[in-house]
Amino acid sequence: MTAQVDVGTRAPSLVLLPAVLAVALLVLPLMALLTQASWSTLWADVTSPQALQALGLSLRTGLLATVLCTLLGVPLALLIARSSPHVAQVLRALVAVPLVLPPMVGGVALLLLFGRTSGIGQLLEQLWGFTLPFSTAAVVMAQMFVALPFLVLTVEGTLRTSGAAYEQTAATLGAGRWMVLTRISLPLAAPGLLAGMILCFARALGEFGATALFAGNAPGRTQTMPLAIYTAFNGAGAGRESAVALSLLLLAAAVLVLVCLRAWRPGALK
Amino acid sequence: MTTGLRAAIRVARPSFEIDVQLDLEPRKTLALMGPNGAGKSTIVHAIAGIQHLTAGQISLNGTVLSGPGVHLPPHRRAIGLLGQQPRLFPHFDAAENIAFAARAAGLSKRAAQQVAHDWLERLGLMAFATQRPAALSGGQQQRVALARALAAGPKLLLVDEPFSALDVQAAVEMRELVREELSRTGTTAVVVSHSGADALALAERLLVIERGVVVQQGHTRQVLAEPATEFVRAVANSVPAGYESEPEKRCSP
Repeated sequence: MTAQVDVGTRAPSLVLLPAVLAVALLVLPLMALLTQASWSTLWADVTSPQALQALGLSLRTGLLATVLCTLLGVPLALLIARSSPHVAQVLRALVAVPLVLPPMVGGVALLLLFGRTSGIGQLLEQLWGFTLPFSTAAVVMAQMFVALPFLVLTVEGTLRTSGAAYEQTAATLGAGRWMVLTRISLPLAAPGLLAGMILCFARALGEFGATALFAGNAPGRTQTMPLAIYTAFNGAGAGRESAVALSLLLLAAAVLVLVCLRAWRPGALK
Repeated sequence: MTTGLRAAIRVARPSFEIDVQLDLEPRKTLALMGPNGAGKSTIVHAIAGIQHLTAGQISLNGTVLSGPGVHLPPHRRAIGLLGQQPRLFPHFDAAENIAFAARAAGLSKRAAQQVAHDWLERLGLMAFATQRPAALSGGQQQRVALARALAAGPKLLLVDEPFSALDVQAAVEMRELVREELSRTGTTAVVVSHSGADALALAERLLVIERGVVVQQGHTRQVLAEPATEFVRAVANSVPAGYESEPEKRCSP
């Protein structure tokens, strides 16, 4: 190992203590999760009927939310990336609202928009006899609300920086806008798109607040993994061990996301 | 019908206004020279449709491309642009890069592949057909970029200093290739360069601009022989003694 040479860029020693405390704050709770898990019953806990039900629902709704976010989010990202700086700034700020909004507030807002007393809610009920709140569809919608910004902002950043020069070149070769989009812009933005989809899925998988308020906590229908964990710790549904086991599963998913993102950084696979 | 390029270009810039008129007959090449920041790239971008005009009009073979209330987008101008950077699409191999242009020109997939094959064979690059741009040298990339630009069948090719990022030997080879291919395909071209040797080798006519206005124009050899400004004098002095121009060969139809 080579010793680090002071070339004038080292941080002052004073920052060391708070930095170590910050790392401890992030890592120690996760260590507790690992050390206090009941490893002998982990497999049984993860495969208990309630846990499997929550896991299955989370995966299904999370994947569906990711697909829908991709279908809606990529065109929006493209629109922002190709807008004038002023318009792009406004759209970007709008998209970022759910990122800084407490998810609970998102849940309340969705409930007010689609609830039985709202205009849209009444219309849905009259036309198709369908009530959105407290359904599996509501889970997907809550997940989309909180996860869409991750996809849009990641893809938009990639579209804005990755291909503008190549798009211009393609246009001077006579390629129309659709050909440029499908053969140049989107393929060049593929790493960013994949990163955005992975982040979107991870956020959808971990979504709790908006889902709890807008979709409720019905096992098999709206009880996703985070809700099952919360319920288990409150003494209902699956046991405490299942809650810890499910938490570990979410932690593993999060680590997997980080590994995937690192692997898919532009040039990482070369 | 008026053929060739007819352009009256006015573009406002923060420090000065570009106000240039240039006319170019079909199958001829015009060299555009000027000091850094004189407005050469802005003129090229205006002709390509990347830059809007403040006033004026650009027409090619009788079709108005830019003018009052008119701005044809770049992909509908049939004007190719070969720049300092080859900008080969990094996710395509060399053959796919050329075939892309042929496809954009409306050829079928099979016909476009044949066009790419023919171009690679002609340029002696068949061995690199399936190589991505990153695996090619700078000179090879520029040759593929030239083939790609011409495979689109442009009515006008804008050549914006494509030799400046190459080493001396590759730049000379590339210049010779551009000269040959412009002559063979009969493509009308505007060549931007800092080199008097490039202008002599490629262009029958030379137009020199400084701070957005034309300071001298005429036959390339004549302009360089009778420099009207310090810049033109410096360009003329940089041409190797005894350098013979070649473009006269392609003057005959």
